[in-house]
This record gives sequence, structure tokens and C-alpha cells, in this order.
Amino acid sequence: MRALIDLYVQQFKTTLASTLQYRASLVIWMIAHILEPLVYLIVWSAVSETNGGQVGTITTQGFAAYYIILMLVNHVTYTWIMYEYEYRVREGNLSFALLKPVHPIHSDIADNLSSKMITLPMMLAAAAILAWIFRPSASPALWSLAMSVPALVLAFLIRFLVEWALAQSAFWTTRVSAINQAYYVPLLFLSGQIVPLSLFPPSIQILASVLPFRWMIGFPVELLTGQLSPLQGWIGLGAQIVWLALSLALVRTVWRAGVRVYSAVGA
Amino acid sequence: MNYLRLLGVFFRVSVMDELAYRVNFFVQLFQSLLELATALGGLAVVFSFTDTLGGWTPDEVLALIGVYFLVGGIIGLVIQPGMEELISSVRDGSLDFLLTMPEDAQLLVSIHRVEIWKLIDIVLGLGVLVTAILRLGARVGAAQAGYFAAMVIAGAAIIYSFWLILATLSFWFVRVENILEIFASMYEAGRWPVSLYPGWLRFALTFIVPVAFATTVPAEALIGRLSGETLLGASAVAVALLAASRLFWLIGLHRYSGTSA
Repeated sequence: MRALIDLYVQQFKTTLASTLQYRASLVIWMIAHILEPLVYLIVWSAVSETNGGQVGTITTQGFAAYYIILMLVNHVTYTWIMYEYEYRVREGNLSFALLKPVHPIHSDIADNLSSKMITLPMMLAAAAILAWIFRPSASPALWSLAMSVPALVLAFLIRFLVEWALAQSAFWTTRVSAINQAYYVPLLFLSGQIVPLSLFPPSIQILASVLPFRWMIGFPVELLTGQLSPLQGWIGLGAQIVWLALSLALVRTVWRAGVRVYSAVGA
Repeated sequence: MNYLRLLGVFFRVSVMDELAYRVNFFVQLFQSLLELATALGGLAVVFSFTDTLGGWTPDEVLALIGVYFLVGGIIGLVIQPGMEELISSVRDGSLDFLLTMPEDAQLLVSIHRVEIWKLIDIVLGLGVLVTAILRLGARVGAAQAGYFAAMVIAGAAIIYSFWLILATLSFWFVRVENILEIFASMYEAGRWPVSLYPGWLRFALTFIVPVAFATTVPAEALIGRLSGETLLGASAVAVALLAASRLFWLIGLHRYSGTSA
């Protein structure tokens, strides 16, 4: 445990140094992360305005709150591990990671968290500006806010583990970008990014609750905007724990099989 | 005509290059279809709750999505690959080889790399456009088609000049490829009519990163919403930017010192 904490601290220092070196790519990620929810915020506000200020149970101000919070939740949970892994496997850099006495996923998690410590304050500033422009309103209960904390941690872990497992496909194919895109389409629609899931017909809502995507992004947003009842909240946390267990199992299996097929150049 | 022949030659070289990697065709087809499915799915979801979006009907937004893919395909086919190559060749000095060739360097830089699989996006975009036109019916006449063609050319010229100006900056600053990345994420906002956006964002998407000229304006021309002022304005901007980017390119080239000089 002690060694693991040291590893996380050390990774934080390394990431901090290298992130500050590549400020431009930080800004690019941020623009993409702000613009996409902003576009849907504007689209749904327009729909709501033509419908007399409301779509389903969500008001124009409610959409503003939903998408500004979604922007933050998406930023906290996102990973870039799929791009990184393709590079590592292709260049053979993975060999060094395999020599280390700890599982390589730890330094990846530490790297992800460290980088977000730098970007999150900027995203919060962007959220404040958007809040000032779009006047969001949401009234989540105190229990709902409290529940969103473990929900957000679980959402981060599920998304990280699933995408880390998906990144291992680089061991078998060099077409990782096609796989990424096939993953992003259901993620966009069923995590609540294109439309709040509560506006979908019941059959699609059930599908979204069975698949992992809602538990990576949509669920914490629904808690933070106060859309759920306490029972729905507890069921959601339960579903997240189930998906955490499943994704852990997935990571273990895929990693073992992947390392077996990996052969670095020169090995 | 000589230029068209050159473009044909570069195109043929790219085809021969890429035919060695035929799987790329299916990968690109798969990715383009997924992207189209996302765009159409988003459209379907939004219009299941409303009949018009900022005054645009579903078929009109469908036409816009067609334009988005068509122009995006044109950008990805020749503009983006050429400009990316320019930036990296300024950095490593391989621009020297192009400069020694007996043709105008700006022309060579602009057309000598062709990403042929992006033709898929162009075909898909045209398919969506035809569908939209059939659904819009009699509203699209010969005049609209003519304005549309003119505005697609103007939009492509504006985007080309914009990229050339940014890429020319690499004569002064070594790392500019990041600015071009920003364009990619801004371009996605062009899937919806820019009239939807609040003033500050509309301004940014028109005059800072000219996405509106490439997507909304041609779509407006096609559905007969374009005012004469916008038509003239967009044409004037295209001509002015082409001239400005040419001038800027010449100034930048003057500064270029090559690897061995």
C-alpha cells in the first residue's frame, strides 16, 4: 500500500511537469469538452423555447443546468487511454511498463487524475461563465448531492476500466481508432450526452440502464440536477457496483490474454 | 489546365499508394457511416420533440448535414493533408524539395497530398443532399442549385485560405499544428444552423473560425433562404481571403531559410 501511494505521488509530479510542457494540447481538449455540451445545450434550449419553455419535465433553465453539469462530469470521467495504448504497443514502449513490479494500470490512473487536477479549475471557470450566460436552475436535495459523490467516483472507475480494457485491443489490431468510434456512438446516445435519458421512450431507457454508459456519465448528472427519487438513487449505486465488478473482471481477462500475444520489436 | 493535370497526377499517385492498403477503405467507410449515423440519430431525437429548430424544418437540417459531410470531405481530401504536410515540411526542412520544382510552390503545397478515402465522406454527403432535395421537392430550382454550387466553392475557398494562413504561421512559429486541431472540434458545431447560436458564438463561428461559410451558408443557398447580401458578402470574403492568404504565403516564404541555407 505504501509503495502504491509513493507511485501515485511520483506519477503526479511527472504528469504535472509534462502537462505544463504541452499546454496547447490541454487547451484543445478543453475546447472540445466545452463546445460539444454547449452545442446540445443551445439546441435543446431552442427546442424548449419553441415548445413554450419545457420539454417533458425539463425546462429551458433545467437544460442549461443539465448540460453545464454534464460538461463537468464528462470531463472528470473521460480518458485518453485508447489513443495512448495504440502508440505504446506500436512503438514497443509497453515493454518498459511490463518490467515494473506493479500493474501498469496504476500509473495510468495516477496520470489521468493528475492531469485533471490541472484542467479541472479551468473547466470550473468555464462552467461559471456558461452559468452566467445561460442562467441554469436545478434544485437537487441534500441526499441527492451527497449520493452524487460516490456516484461520481464509481462513474470514473467504471469508465476508466472499460476504456482501459478496450484500449487493450491494440494488442490484436492496429485499427484502434475504428474500435474507438464504434464505442463512442452508443456512449454518446446512451450516456445522456445527446439528450437527457429521461426524454427517451421507456424501452430505450431500460436499454440505457442495462448497459454501462449511463453509469459512466448520465447517472451522476441526474443526481446533481435532482432528477431522481431516493429509491432510483440507491438502485443506481447498486448498478454501478455491479458494473464496477464486471469491468474489473473484464480488465483482468483482457490484460492477461493481451500480454500473451504481445511481442515487442526485438523480443 | 496544367494545374488540373497536376492535380490528376497527384491523385493517381495517392490512389496507387493507397491501393496497397485496401482494408483502409472499409475502415474509413465504417467510420464515416458511424459518424453519419450519429448525426442523423441526433437529428431524429431532436425533431421527435419539435417541428422546427430555430426556424429550420427537419428536411432543411438534413440538407445542412449533407453539406457538412460534403464540405468536410473536401477539407479532408486535399486541404487538411496538404496543410499538415506543409507544417511538418517547414519544421524538418523538406520544403526545400518542393521549392526547387518548376511550378508555383503554393499550388504544389496545396494539392500534392490527397487523402483518397475521404471521397467516401463526399459521396455520403451527396447522398444525404439528394435525399434532402427530393424531400424538399419543388423548392429547390435551378437558381438555388447555382447559388449552392457558388457558395460551396466560396466556402471551400474561405476554409482553404484560413488554413493556409494558419499553416503559413509555421514559418515563424514551429508548433502550429495544434491550432488546426481546434478547427476540427469547432467544425462539429457546423452540423446545426449557426442562426441557432447566441450572438458571440455565431460571431466566433463566422469570423474567427469560418465554419458558417462552409456549412450554414451553402445550405441556406440550397433551401432558398440566402439573401442577396449574404451571397455577395460570402463571395467577397472568399476573394479577399484568397488574396490575403496568397500575400501572407509570399511573405512567409520569404522568411523560410531551409535546412542547408
